Amino acid sequence: MAKPKIATTSLAGCFGCHMSILDIDERILQLAELVDFDKSPINDIKEFTGEVLVGIVEGGCANEENVRVLQEFRKHCKILISLGDCAISGGLPAMRNTIPLQECLDEAYLNGPSVHNVARRIPNDPEIPLLLDKVYPCHEVVKIDYHLPGCPPPADTIWQALVALLTDKPLDLPYELIKYD
Amino acid sequence: MTDKTITFEIDGVEVQAKEGQTIMQAADAVGKYIPRLCAFEGLPAFGSCRLCTVKVNGRFQAACIHPVAEGITVENDTEELLEFRRNIVDMLFVEGNHFCMFCEKSGNCELQAMAYRLGITAPKYPYMFPADRNIDGSHKDVFIDHNRCILCGRCVRASKDLDGKNVFQFVGRGPQKRIAINAQAKLSDTDLDVTDQAVQVCPVGAILTKHVGYATPVGQRKYDHQPIGSDIEANNK
Repeated sequence: MAKPKIATTSLAGCFGCHMSILDIDERILQLAELVDFDKSPINDIKEFTGEVLVGIVEGGCANEENVRVLQEFRKHCKILISLGDCAISGGLPAMRNTIPLQECLDEAYLNGPSVHNVARRIPNDPEIPLLLDKVYPCHEVVKIDYHLPGCPPPADTIWQALVALLTDKPLDLPYELIKYD
Repeated sequence: MTDKTITFEIDGVEVQAKEGQTIMQAADAVGKYIPRLCAFEGLPAFGSCRLCTVKVNGRFQAACIHPVAEGITVENDTEELLEFRRNIVDMLFVEGNHFCMFCEKSGNCELQAMAYRLGITAPKYPYMFPADRNIDGSHKDVFIDHNRCILCGRCVRASKDLDGKNVFQFVGRGPQKRIAINAQAKLSDTDLDVTDQAVQVCPVGAILTKHVGYATPVGQRKYDHQPIGSDIEANNK
């Protein structure tokens, strides 16, 4: 029987959650026995090759590309996990949510104290994904099945959650593995 | 409070209390923890956060203000009430700007600890990201960050009843309700002192002491290993 597949992605995140995935240390060998990796920055597969059992999403949705990737994950993954505070609440990028988008762009590209922008132009090349009005948590964009909070979530949280899901056991995390920081 | 002993039932267990005690005081004394955020020992009961809602003879009551009475039946640790409490904590999280990942109070925060205790991994309501919350850093030793305020009123009561100062008050109603400082003054315009009880009682990171942030390493903070309420449950006889 073919091994189940997992996929991961980082949307508006810092890759800290992916570092925490790698922080399962030598258990990654066990993980490699349990699953195959599909689309993921860990193996650099860019597009889905088929249906996936578990999708892990780091980061919230700050731009249209984040939304497109997240919708693609929902389409291909039987179980979708929000990994970390950014995926769950928007996280640090969501600090801009209390400031109008235009003001954020003006500060970043025109008025900031360290800005050197002779052309006085805010980048708007069609290649650059358009920013959303604010940063959205993943579960406000698509249905999310499980949330693993933390900044980043402890490696043990990720490991226990994955093992439970892959072995069809209930996901019951102990007190010390649910943390918001 | 009199010396008269009262017998009542909490979660099917018969317990003794003194006449005049609230349900919360009586439950604490026998090691039964009723979750709370606005209630604080030494401050007058307030009944605003409603996290301590229990069922008394089948009716919802706030345990922090409801007195014990002979023969009452109190439900506390039931799935129905836990779900209500999760909803309240969810709403508190989405209604403010609670960025646990960089908050100095993280690990010692009662709101966060309550969410941990209730097993919340993500709030079920959409985040509001209010834009009208300001920060007052004018005082030399203390700052107030309204983004994190949950309107529990502990600082209001502590300033008035323990410090005798009236530095903090509520203004506005409903969604506009917020903590004001001496009728719109800045924190530095008041006689607030860093040693005031009003500074110490804040359950969240709204009122914090300057110059001491992140002093305790992760893993050694108050709620890193023990759920909130464990100290009370340790008295369980």
